[in-house]
Amino acid sequence: MTAVTDTSPTAREPVPEPARGPARRRLLAVGALAAGTAALFVLTIAVGSYHVPVGEVVRVLFGDDGADPRWAVIVHEVRLPRALTAVAVGAALAVAGVQMQTLFRNALADPFSLGVSSGASMGVAAVVVTTGGVAGSFTGDLAGLGRIGVIVAAALGAACVLALVLTLSRWVRSAVTLLVIGVMIGSAATALVSVALVYARPERAQQFVIWGLGSFSATTWPDLAVMLPVIGAGLLTALLTAKRLNALLLGEDYARTMGLNVRRTRDLALLGTSLLAGAATAFCGPVAFLGLAVPHLTRVALGTSDHRALIPASMLAGAFLALACALLSRPPGLDAVLPLNAITSLFGAPVVIAFLVRSRRGLQGVTP
Amino acid sequence: MTELMETATEDASAATGTTGAANRTRTTDTTGAANRTRTMDTTRTMDTTDTTGTAGISTRGLTVGYRMRRASGRRRERAVLRELDLTARAGELTVLLGPNGAGKSTLLRTLCGLQPPLAGSVRIGGLDIAGQSPAALARRLAVVLTDRVDAGLLSARELVALGRHPHTGFTGRLSDADHTAVEWALDAVAAGHLGDRPAAELSDGERQRVLTARALAQEPAAVLLDEPTAFLDVPSRVALTVLLRDLARSRGLTVVVSTHDLELALRVADAVWLVDRSLRVHAGAPEDLIARGAVAAAFDAEHLAFDAASGSFGLRRPARATVAMDAPPALRPLLERALAREDLATGDGDTLVTAGSDGTLTVRGRGRTVRTRSFQELTREVRTW
Repeated sequence: MTAVTDTSPTAREPVPEPARGPARRRLLAVGALAAGTAALFVLTIAVGSYHVPVGEVVRVLFGDDGADPRWAVIVHEVRLPRALTAVAVGAALAVAGVQMQTLFRNALADPFSLGVSSGASMGVAAVVVTTGGVAGSFTGDLAGLGRIGVIVAAALGAACVLALVLTLSRWVRSAVTLLVIGVMIGSAATALVSVALVYARPERAQQFVIWGLGSFSATTWPDLAVMLPVIGAGLLTALLTAKRLNALLLGEDYARTMGLNVRRTRDLALLGTSLLAGAATAFCGPVAFLGLAVPHLTRVALGTSDHRALIPASMLAGAFLALACALLSRPPGLDAVLPLNAITSLFGAPVVIAFLVRSRRGLQGVTP
Repeated sequence: MTELMETATEDASAATGTTGAANRTRTTDTTGAANRTRTMDTTRTMDTTDTTGTAGISTRGLTVGYRMRRASGRRRERAVLRELDLTARAGELTVLLGPNGAGKSTLLRTLCGLQPPLAGSVRIGGLDIAGQSPAALARRLAVVLTDRVDAGLLSARELVALGRHPHTGFTGRLSDADHTAVEWALDAVAAGHLGDRPAAELSDGERQRVLTARALAQEPAAVLLDEPTAFLDVPSRVALTVLLRDLARSRGLTVVVSTHDLELALRVADAVWLVDRSLRVHAGAPEDLIARGAVAAAFDAEHLAFDAASGSFGLRRPARATVAMDAPPALRPLLERALAREDLATGDGDTLVTAGSDGTLTVRGRGRTVRTRSFQELTREVRTW
């Protein structure tokens, strides 16, 4: 047997880690995001109807009592849960968006645009009607099991819609058409919710509507104790499927010929996305556009679609943007709190429009 | 490993490690496997090229097509190509030819396991693909599909590295050996300089080379390509086709390519699978198929005729007249072409066309003599006669 040595892989020098430039760019981007997220985290805790000095926030976060004992209470009981919720939900929606965009090969896919959040709302509405409570906004009424019930119902609702859209996407090749279908499914789910709310007590219905505007402020420590592990599990699932999602970048046929079990991958991503979108929606309402915009911004920042970099960086970017939205929802000098979805839509809708206008491929429905 | 041991020498080296596939060599067939191939053509004496060992791709009684579920709930099968016994040898470029709708893509998709056969089996390196895990199959077989890929923000190198999927571990981290294989694959298709370019910005020809590199990075024993030259200009088509044959030869790869590029394929291919209009598949060297008249039978049309002598297609029109020709041998074919386009046959005729050594072309007849200085003037002139 004569090996053709001159060109065979074994005969060549091992190539040093290629693409030094891109690798450094990724490190820089992730570093900047991490620093920015930490800064915004502290800032989100400091800002509110009652201002806490930034220095005191840091002291309290590191276990000190602070100069004024009231500050410690505010930070621990109100501001820290809110900031943690923003971080967790931002990361959850961003990663759900990454998974859905790759799974659907559709640049405009995210839990909100394809109606998955509406599906989660449906689950939440079912719980509101039958037991009379919504997690987050109504924590007084909910014991631990009730919270888990709401999350499970929301995740189930999300999974139902996701499975439905995934089935439809087999026949619909155009990204824009699928988006319209998602909007329709979302409308139908919202309609079902309205019908269900007729049977709820009026004050519950009103609370549900407020919950639907989206907020990071309603979660308490007991809520977090349920939400954080669920979102953590969803994020872990996403991290573990990074290699599989990469194989899907070229489409299902190529993925199959590279040895990927496409159905199992789809099931895993469906499970992870449902957990993430379900948990986020159950506690914060259906949050618009975060899941859609963050993956695109992260891809551009990193300069790659490689999920092994994209997923962790999207977590950071999602947390960063969610914190920024939380900050913006409390304009300085104003006591009122703007609805979260007003903020996310105001910056998210232009991102989608810019994408559609700039990308001829987006208009023609070629993906992503 | 034991199942690998039963296969030909080529595959034994594949079992030695991740880079083993790259060490695959051309060997003469010593396993002495019987000639399994029945071609569907009657001239069986021509089938000397089809004697193979277990290396390469072979099909046995393969029927490809679609399973459709009727509204009534009953399954119905629609076979496109039936009872195929084909072999693509390692170290050879096998080209799949046939008119549109002849089932070429269906056959290729079945060969690479993307759709199940309706009957029969496909073997790669002697192993039935039906019994292999997707990952094991991916280490023996890679494809380039007709799907327009849009990988988003990936560099060409990252796209090629996706081909390492069946070789990398759980996290997908690339080892030194993986990086080496990626660089080798890029070099093999002469795309080393494209590595850092965004895949989305490559030209059609460059992208096909990079996609071919992705398939090579999988370090398979066999590569299937579905119309890889479809969107390419002529130089890129020739370059890619010749590249594939050279890869087959130098790496001992089994390469199967479907194409519409008939004349090029008949020139470059080591073996041809030709699907004719009645959906029978003829196999053999290009010259075998031409000699049998299979190529003409598959593609001749109202205005198209295959010329066995030149291996190319010509216009077939009833001649409106016959003209005599007097030209130096070097100019004869061109003159014949030009006249054929005007529906004029050459032979004996009252009209005489003369090509002078000074480059002039003269038409004499009907008591007229017209001197022209180019084929353009000549054809415009005779058109009015």
